[in-house]
Amino acid sequence: MIRFVGQRLLYLLPVLFGVALLTFMIASLLPGDLAYVLLGDQATPEALAAVRRDLGLDQPILLRFANWLGQVAQGDLGRSFRTGQSVMASIVERLPVSIELMLLAQIGAMTFAIPTAIFCAVHQGGRLDRLATSAAFGSLSVPTFLSAILLIWLFAVQLEWLPATGYVPLTEGVLDNLRGFVLPALTLSIVEWPVLMRVLRSDMIATLRENYIAMARAKGLTPARILLVHALKPSSLTLVTVAGINIGRLLGGALIVEQIFALPGLGRHLVASIFARDLIMLQGAVLFVAVGFVLVNLAVDLIYAVLDPRIRRGRG
Amino acid sequence: MAAVDDIVVPASARGRRLGTAFWCAVVWIVAVVGAALLAPWLGLPSPTDMDMLATRAGPSAGHWLGTDGFGRDVASRLVFGARTSLTVGLIAPLIGLVIGGAAGMLAGYFRGRFDTCVVGGVDVLLAFPPLVLALAVTAYLGQSLINMTLILGILGIPAFTRVARATTLVFAQREFVTAARALGATHTRILLHELLPNVMLPLAAFLLVAIAVTIVVEGSLSFLGLGVPPPSPSWGSMIGEGRESLETAAWLAFTPAAVMFATVLAFNLVGDILRAMTDPHRALH
Repeated sequence: MIRFVGQRLLYLLPVLFGVALLTFMIASLLPGDLAYVLLGDQATPEALAAVRRDLGLDQPILLRFANWLGQVAQGDLGRSFRTGQSVMASIVERLPVSIELMLLAQIGAMTFAIPTAIFCAVHQGGRLDRLATSAAFGSLSVPTFLSAILLIWLFAVQLEWLPATGYVPLTEGVLDNLRGFVLPALTLSIVEWPVLMRVLRSDMIATLRENYIAMARAKGLTPARILLVHALKPSSLTLVTVAGINIGRLLGGALIVEQIFALPGLGRHLVASIFARDLIMLQGAVLFVAVGFVLVNLAVDLIYAVLDPRIRRGRG
Repeated sequence: MAAVDDIVVPASARGRRLGTAFWCAVVWIVAVVGAALLAPWLGLPSPTDMDMLATRAGPSAGHWLGTDGFGRDVASRLVFGARTSLTVGLIAPLIGLVIGGAAGMLAGYFRGRFDTCVVGGVDVLLAFPPLVLALAVTAYLGQSLINMTLILGILGIPAFTRVARATTLVFAQREFVTAARALGATHTRILLHELLPNVMLPLAAFLLVAIAVTIVVEGSLSFLGLGVPPPSPSWGSMIGEGRESLETAAWLAFTPAAVMFATVLAFNLVGDILRAMTDPHRALH
């Protein structure tokens, strides 16, 4: 186990380095001069040169990368040119909104996925199984912005049950806060549940063919007990992994949903910094999201190895 | 990834019969591609001409599907929007297919240090949520059809690399490769004549799924206003503009949404059925 953890950690370093390098390259090597962006069209060459000097843009690129990497390693992502705010602080400030959205979306997706998957696995090949798997396949083809608009039209415009936008901080009322999260979380659930459902369904079908399930049946255990106690747990390993990867992905991937529903999370922050051409903020946020994804994946891998000993010994 | 190549398609559709759904999807794809190709010759009104006296009008003889908020013909914008979506949706995955396919095959065939580097590079690229990376690069490079196609093409490389590498790993251990090697075939010959034909099938099936994904990402970018610059029509931007008038003229969002959904579904469906048929793990059993 220790060896497995060591290997994973050792592999982590070059990947993190690559992530940092790519982020830096996007910001530094692509056309578009930061000083020019800051000062605008009317800037004099002297003023541009002064700003470049202040920002260290006149230094060799490798030195700049090394300096930047050193700062990033200490958790300093720089300051926004637009607002002067610390990039790290403004990310941390918005993170709870994205995390809440992500958790609610996962809970919603699991609520759809787990019962459907169990039902489909038991009645494999039946009419309802085919209906559910087709529905899951159809949902996979719905882009988030389509389901968002559909939900807004149905629940906010037609039925007027829920607000289309409007974020209420948790501190100002839990219920009002949750009301604002229902539609965005539901939107993401619609995208997430088919993946979870397909994974659990196929694992469940495999588990139900195992000898010990036949044994449990022969012992006369109730079907509900067999399914929920004996079959669900060993079948849910891939489910946990996929859910974990989705959590990492949703950290920055909920960008469209946050934008549509005006939730002040990390994704919306990213889009806003693109429109404001706040490049340092953008660079920091992109790096944060990517590193977060790598770390969450590592955590998922390690948890998976704890749960399933075959992984540790098998493919390293 | 074992979970992906699975189940959705009912077993009956997998065998000899491809099923009605498959052929419906093919017909739809042909219709959309045909309309996009022939757009200028279909006798449609201009997609960018505004008629401020007839904004958000319902269907009429002059405008089959009505007009949008600027009085532009919706049917025409749909057809010309298909050009944007399909140009990006078809060309970008081809970039991914060529570069990713080659990298994956070489990595899977030669293994060793090169393989480690390729897998590492793939992991680095996959660490960035595609939309975030696409948005960030668009922000620097500026919005244009070419930029967007290139970015989405590069973003598609890791997935193709994975498919090509996994398939190559399976086939490189098969008897016919060992035999070719024993007969003294060069690496180039084995890669091009023995492995490529086998790797090509799963890659082609994956290409269709990648087209669906790319159309969605292009739509998302355009929806956010970061896609092809206006007034060029695109399904995503039409949906984005339609969203503004959801209370009064919901069809302005729902018409392009329906077309986009049908197209994405069609590519997914055809791709998934072909993938189920060409899965090397199934072929081995």
